[in-house]
Amino acid sequence: MSDLDELYQSVILDHNKTPRNFRTLADANAHAEGRNPLCGDQFDVWVRLEGDVIQEVTFLGQGCAISKASASMMTQAIKGKTVAEARELFDRFHEVVTGGGGPLPSKLEVFRGVSAFPIRVKCATLSWHALRAALENRNK
Amino acid sequence: MTPLAAVPPREPRAVRSGPEWDVAKVRADFPILERKVGGRPLVYLDSAATAQKPQQVIETISRYYASGNANVHRGVHALSQEATTAYERVRELAARFFNAADSSEIIYTAGTTAALNLVAQSYGGSVLKPGDEILISEMEHHSNIVPWHLVAERTGAVIRAIPVMESGGLDLGEFERLLGERTRIVAVTHASNVIGAINPINAISAMAHEAGAVVVVDGAQSAPHLRVDLQAIDCDFFACSGHKLYGPTGIGILYGKRALLEAMPPWQGGGGMIREVLIDRSSYAPPPERFEAGTPPIAEVVGLGAALDYVMAWDWEALVAYEQRLVAEATSRLSHVPGVRVLGEGADRVSVLSFVMDGVHPHDAGTVLDTFGIAVRAGHHCAQPLMRRFGVTATLRASFGAYNTLDEVEQLIAGLGEVRKVFG
Repeated sequence: MSDLDELYQSVILDHNKTPRNFRTLADANAHAEGRNPLCGDQFDVWVRLEGDVIQEVTFLGQGCAISKASASMMTQAIKGKTVAEARELFDRFHEVVTGGGGPLPSKLEVFRGVSAFPIRVKCATLSWHALRAALENRNK
Repeated sequence: MTPLAAVPPREPRAVRSGPEWDVAKVRADFPILERKVGGRPLVYLDSAATAQKPQQVIETISRYYASGNANVHRGVHALSQEATTAYERVRELAARFFNAADSSEIIYTAGTTAALNLVAQSYGGSVLKPGDEILISEMEHHSNIVPWHLVAERTGAVIRAIPVMESGGLDLGEFERLLGERTRIVAVTHASNVIGAINPINAISAMAHEAGAVVVVDGAQSAPHLRVDLQAIDCDFFACSGHKLYGPTGIGILYGKRALLEAMPPWQGGGGMIREVLIDRSSYAPPPERFEAGTPPIAEVVGLGAALDYVMAWDWEALVAYEQRLVAEATSRLSHVPGVRVLGEGADRVSVLSFVMDGVHPHDAGTVLDTFGIAVRAGHHCAQPLMRRFGVTATLRASFGAYNTLDEVEQLIAGLGEVRKVFG
């Protein structure tokens, strides 16, 4: 598979076209905006936490296929996880897209191809950064 | 209304009517064009961001460091005198290239951004009063917006903007209405860095002067593509960058009319810009030295001189006709690609254009094109108000320089076919 095919796998293209959990969340108790001033990409992430568990997570915004698919798949990957688990998953995800080796939940494996395009790492991690900010700002 | 001057012919000239542009000869001067990217020949369509450098510029800079390096001014030794002569020769050259009345009206800066900040802080900062108006346009690069924000915050001046029409041109009727007795400064771009639109700068300058305003022109995108005649434009200030004009980065030019420069306070203090320094005060050198504090970028100035020598040997009529052909072909081919929209399609433009593709984010398209060796720019191009005006967050921008070819236009169109294959 070429670097390009690796980057734009069908799963990513599918999530770009029909992003999951692509809406606001009325009863959210954590929210943050992720913005990449270099390219103008921008996502809002909403989270509903019960205690320490992420019950629901949604997002809305504009961005490239990588950033949108990443946000979409993130919402699926962290639902039901604790705050600590979500943070730990982001750390592993970040390592992988920057060329590190660790294992990832199988669905997120499709983002490994991003590491061949260093300029796109910010796209893949934009919503994750917003998630982390939301979790830090919870109840505000 | 004043006739719109300084706009090249709308239709590309017929192939045989004008002098021919020898693109193969020009390409041979640019060693980077032999490079391969991802195993394919580089198709460099990003000259609006920075132009590539001819061998003459590269060699001149290298030779300067190898055999001529010294600091300028006040040196008694041979090397310093040589460096000073070389440094000041480029000022004469720039004055000639842009047709300034005098070389003392040419100030070296780090680039267009630094030049515009200098005007905003020094000129704007000393004349603006609360309620005074600065008139910019909706198509400005952030470097002709944010410096005015900074000085407006400091002085209480107000910023207004000339709207951009759907065609890509400035709404000159609205410009006329916006011009008023509070308008102190009109700061507009000569050519848009996003859609390439050429503004009728001579008319804008005349109208602004009639209203008693001072005219600041961002020439970053016009200097490489149009034969700029500063005395014909009659602007008060003009800023441009060396690196977009086939010269090195880190060097730009601010032109200012002598009488205005003489009345302006320094922007930065330091060595080289003084007449006399006491413990509690100093007096300043006349322009241009007043605005060149510290050791200047000497090698960059010398490199800019090589770039000016290089482009001044060109037949500019042939170059303009050739670039107009490239951009007309690109615009026409792009507008026939399904799902592609060229922004401000109706504008007279330098060889810079922006477009969007239905259902494909510009960054994704840019990444796909890159894998075919095609270098374009994707993003907001530091012109967020213009993005908002056209209802987009980002565009793809292709820009063509003296070394680009019609075949490269074809490759761009073919590359967009590959983009469509990936994204459907």
